[in-house]
Amino acid sequence: MSATLRIQAISGHSGAAPGAGTQRGERVAKLIDTTTCIGCKACEVACVEWNDLSFRETVFDNTYQTMPETAWNYWNLIQFREHIHPDGTLQWLMRKDQCMHCAEPGCLLACPADGAIVQYQNGIVDFQQEYCIGCQYCVAGCPFNIPKFDQTTKKMFKCTLCTDRVSQGLEPACIKACPTGCLHFGTKEDMTALAESRATQLREHGGYEHAGVYDPQGVGGTGVIYVLHDATNPEAYGGLPGNPRVPLSVKLWKGPLKWLGNLAMIGGLLGVTMHYLRFGPKHVSPKEAERS
Amino acid sequence: MILRYTLLERAVHWLSALTYMYVLATGLAFYSPHLYWIAALLGGGPTSRYWHPWVALVFVAALAWMLRAWLADMRITAADRAWGRDMKQYIRNDDENLPPIDRFNLGQKYFFWVMLFAGLVLLATGLAMWFPPSLPLALRPLMILLHVSAALITIGAFIIHVYMGTAVVRGGFTSIIRGEVSPAWARTHHRLWYHRVTGK
Repeated sequence: MSATLRIQAISGHSGAAPGAGTQRGERVAKLIDTTTCIGCKACEVACVEWNDLSFRETVFDNTYQTMPETAWNYWNLIQFREHIHPDGTLQWLMRKDQCMHCAEPGCLLACPADGAIVQYQNGIVDFQQEYCIGCQYCVAGCPFNIPKFDQTTKKMFKCTLCTDRVSQGLEPACIKACPTGCLHFGTKEDMTALAESRATQLREHGGYEHAGVYDPQGVGGTGVIYVLHDATNPEAYGGLPGNPRVPLSVKLWKGPLKWLGNLAMIGGLLGVTMHYLRFGPKHVSPKEAERS
Repeated sequence: MILRYTLLERAVHWLSALTYMYVLATGLAFYSPHLYWIAALLGGGPTSRYWHPWVALVFVAALAWMLRAWLADMRITAADRAWGRDMKQYIRNDDENLPPIDRFNLGQKYFFWVMLFAGLVLLATGLAMWFPPSLPLALRPLMILLHVSAALITIGAFIIHVYMGTAVVRGGFTSIIRGEVSPAWARTHHRLWYHRVTGK
């Protein structure tokens, strides 16, 4: 598994990444089966403990929701929703929210700091705080609202998918702590197969006719996939976007605008140089100089 | 000699020039990975990121001062429009038959207004980027796009401004350093202004 920590993509990098375009290692994935999650928050505690994160106070809002969203020192949060169906029945939806480890990460695309965000060949997208400059561009690139800023250190933080554990052949801390087995970890291929079989089971035997797998293709698929009771309505699970994409304005900024800008800047410098070679300087008119 | 720029005008001009060049350099470092080395020269990525918005505020303050000081001189007049119709001759250095103009020519006025309005866009979008939670998630990437676009427009204007002020219009650069121009220079480039300030 350690070979899977070869680097595949680097943020703000002017050269090639060592493993660009290659597929030597297995891609890993975390599977979250929301249909067997009981919202116990053992994964939250395991995450805070393993990653040695500082204590964070909860925010009471009259529900079981402990805080509104993930934080710089709280990378893994159960999103709890009381979902009322059109027929008036109520369902508790619990979704473990964290970085999705997109195959095409918008944070990495937006990041200007060389090496601050890396994507490993196993699919893990990881922040390297020593290179982070705290510009928060990654926030603009992320369709899941995951990267969070720490005011004290001026650095961004998020779930690392426990790269330190995964590189040693272990599962992420949250997986290890889950008491119901709703969390699984393995290769993307295996997790997808497991998720699909569970979704089929839910459709055929569980009475959830819209059950399905959440692996959004708008960001090239993700390293975290969900089994949802109702895959047609991911928004109900605490704002999981239906069709997440790297924002168009980020793609425009990093694509056409950059080329247009480079062309304009180099063209401008060339233009004034050519103007000077052709026309040269303006002097005081000889007529006026004579008058003085 | 005729006083073209007071000491305060010169000082504020150079304050805006230096602060602009700092935000330009650090901004370019964040613009392209190929220019990220500029951030290393200026104290590193985090340092550049820290000072970029603060220095930008000083630049905006200088812009505001220049707006107050030069607003009357920067209004585009009928004389400017007449001069603008013959701008091709000015570009080709055929200056003999150009219509007379006041303190600033149309190009200088365009530069002033471009920097002012782009500066306002840069200020608004920059504040939004400085404090991302102040905006809905969907608007944040748009702020960066607008910020970069406005910055690129100022870079184009800046290139022409520096080129005209240093290489082309001889005497222009010394006027913004020591403040004075010769009567012949004033009559050549800004005849209406010459008449206005000398009464001749």
